Amino acid sequence: MTRYLLGRIALALSVALAVSALAFLVLRLSGDVAIAIGGEGASNADLDIIRETYGLNRPLVVQYGAWLWQTLGGDFGNSLYFKVPVSELVLQKLPTTVILGIAGLLLGLLIALPLGVCAAIWRNSWIDRVAMGIAVTAQAVPTFFVALVLIMLLAVWQRWLPVSGSGTWQHFVMPTITLGFYVMPPFMRLIRSNMIEVLSADYVRTARAKGLPARTVILRHAFRNAVVPLIGLIAVQLGFLLGGSVVVESVFALDGLGYLAFRSISYKDFPVLQSIVLLLSLIYVVLTTLADIANVWLDPRLKVAA
Amino acid sequence: MIARLLAVLGCLAVATAAVPAFAGKADDTLRMPADQVLPDIDPYFNNELLGTVMGINVWDTLVIRDPASGEFKGQLATAWRVIDDTTVEFDLRKDVKFHNGQPFTADDVVYTINFIANPASGVTNQRNVAWLKSAEKLDPYKVRINFKAPFPPFMDYLALPIVIHPHEYYAKEGRKGQNTKPVGSGPYRITRYEPGKLIVLERNRDYYAGSVKSIAKVGKVEITFVPDVQTQIANLMTGNADLLTTPIPRDMIDNIALNPALQVNAVQTMRLNFLQFNVLDTTISPALKDLRVRKAIMHAIDREAIAKATMGQGYTLPKVLCYRDQFGCIDKDVIGYDYNPQKAKDLLKEAGLSGGVDVVMNAFTSREAAEIMQGYLGKVGIRASIVYEQYPAVREKQRKGTSGMTLASWGSYSVNDVSAILPVYFGNEGDDTARDKEVADLINRAGAVMDPAVRSVDYAKALQLISERALAMPLFSVGRNYPTSKDLNFGRQNSDRMMFWEMSWR
Repeated sequence: MTRYLLGRIALALSVALAVSALAFLVLRLSGDVAIAIGGEGASNADLDIIRETYGLNRPLVVQYGAWLWQTLGGDFGNSLYFKVPVSELVLQKLPTTVILGIAGLLLGLLIALPLGVCAAIWRNSWIDRVAMGIAVTAQAVPTFFVALVLIMLLAVWQRWLPVSGSGTWQHFVMPTITLGFYVMPPFMRLIRSNMIEVLSADYVRTARAKGLPARTVILRHAFRNAVVPLIGLIAVQLGFLLGGSVVVESVFALDGLGYLAFRSISYKDFPVLQSIVLLLSLIYVVLTTLADIANVWLDPRLKVAA
Repeated sequence: MIARLLAVLGCLAVATAAVPAFAGKADDTLRMPADQVLPDIDPYFNNELLGTVMGINVWDTLVIRDPASGEFKGQLATAWRVIDDTTVEFDLRKDVKFHNGQPFTADDVVYTINFIANPASGVTNQRNVAWLKSAEKLDPYKVRINFKAPFPPFMDYLALPIVIHPHEYYAKEGRKGQNTKPVGSGPYRITRYEPGKLIVLERNRDYYAGSVKSIAKVGKVEITFVPDVQTQIANLMTGNADLLTTPIPRDMIDNIALNPALQVNAVQTMRLNFLQFNVLDTTISPALKDLRVRKAIMHAIDREAIAKATMGQGYTLPKVLCYRDQFGCIDKDVIGYDYNPQKAKDLLKEAGLSGGVDVVMNAFTSREAAEIMQGYLGKVGIRASIVYEQYPAVREKQRKGTSGMTLASWGSYSVNDVSAILPVYFGNEGDDTARDKEVADLINRAGAVMDPAVRSVDYAKALQLISERALAMPLFSVGRNYPTSKDLNFGRQNSDRMMFWEMSWR
């Protein structure tokens, strides 16, 4: 188990490093950072000063290495745009993104689980087709479209909710629905297929043969087993939600980590962007590693396979 | 497809939205969502339009251009005297107080000028301050400002970007303090500032009488950060916003104008969109080195149709590369290039390119305009491929000389003098992709002498040569449309820098 754990952690760290290096390179390929910092009025002399000040005249590998060394020492540097420590900025924005991500995930599960279970129990019926229709629609429609439709329905026409902002719990309702809708389909499809498989298993047939009520068979015997593989998917989807809420945060003017990353790209604020990428990739790999470990713990057969 | 779907959705929403009950008038609070975040609220340390808006509403300058007459008038100064080509003296007002109650004196001017003139201060836009050498106190209400060299447009700079900070407060609190709790002397004071989220301005009730900026009529201005334009429009429709300043697509503007509770205010700006031709040996489109090809491009594009399609109103169609109100923007000897596709075809034929020619159009702004131009060029046989990238990437290519023709955009920092645009693109440095020595010499000479007559002659000649040699094609000055609640009287806005003190409730 220890060897397995160490292997997973080493793999996780190398993924995080590779992602940060890739982000560093891609950002540099999209234009001169000095021009972005200097703005449209900067002369060539100004740009030289900027390059010298921020060390942008050094080879890319040296720049990346210096940043990595500094980061490993716990110093994430200062934002080029906001001129404040990156750690301060990130910590300010993180709670909004985490709250939104968890709320979206819970809502997605709340919709997906009953829908998936019903679709499996009444397989090939109209309930199954409606459930699958909802899942396919949710997967096909982009989040910004869902967000704008919600704004139109709930804020502009009905005036039930505020259009944007982050002052009250009401401000989180539409973003949560949007993210919940986005994250729901894979959960629904997985729980449906798992339930179908489990419902035809011998132990479920035995439970039924014992004369147990249908509700007990489904919830206590079938559902509990069908839900185990969801753990890995929850970890993956939470990682997606934390890193992928850029659009939702922009549309609803939520000042979270996703939007900070988006802005950092526009401003070529690479210390912020690199730190966010590193942080999110670390969260992602930690979550998936924890999910792997949890799965092995729950199902020892996986350890043997590994 | 998605964009079209969104537009339809947006139009449907605007057209069917109930008449909102606007709260702005009821609580005397003007709500304005903004898509920009300021890295620092001190106008010297940001490069954003919103930063300039803060600058003019929260701080004051020594002089100001009267919005009505366009003439310079005293603001913190009552009189001024040009001593020589590099020295000017100012008599100062004695009845001005900063928002923290501290009286305004010569010490504030001297501190501010000497601070920003020092490159170590790190002022973001060095172009605004690099001409300043120092300031001296002559008496408590009289100062002398020294330039490094003759700088003809000095009054424009002293009237806009050079705001005056309170010296004691700044010396004590430093840059961080001025960014956390900013203190100015303007018609509005900042009472709440949450970086990246919210700026609240409240009327400065102690603002001095006799200022060109009047005492503010709207009591409070709330600026919130809302990055998405559709969300901003939704806020306007639901009465949660009273004014939008983010550029909005023309089709949405037309639909907003249909809403009985809203209005659209058109304003001309100094921002000029133009095509800059790269005629250097390093250009990615060697065809642009041929004068006939450049002239063909200029005859092939119907710029008025593009301006109408993308803005509808508020634009102008200059013949030369500057805004008509700028000093030195003289077009009397310039013939210009009319929309004449046949002439364009003839010119291409003359150049031996009847079979067509390929050019690269680099763009970072107005994708819509770039695509319409691509259509016009295609009609005469010029196959323009658009390379749409972020601003730094396009600028980098220009500076390396590897661009083709660039759809450029320049706001001149609202400086009413062509020295704010011509040296940037034709001064034989940086972004100059023509490197025409004759033109550069004229422009640089005009920028170094104080005599307006000499400057006018040089600038007129330079603009004439730029046009004759087809080195750049002026497209249109950008008109901006500002949707507001009908409860809001927009006032005499003459640029994209919103003067909140001009606004009032109906």
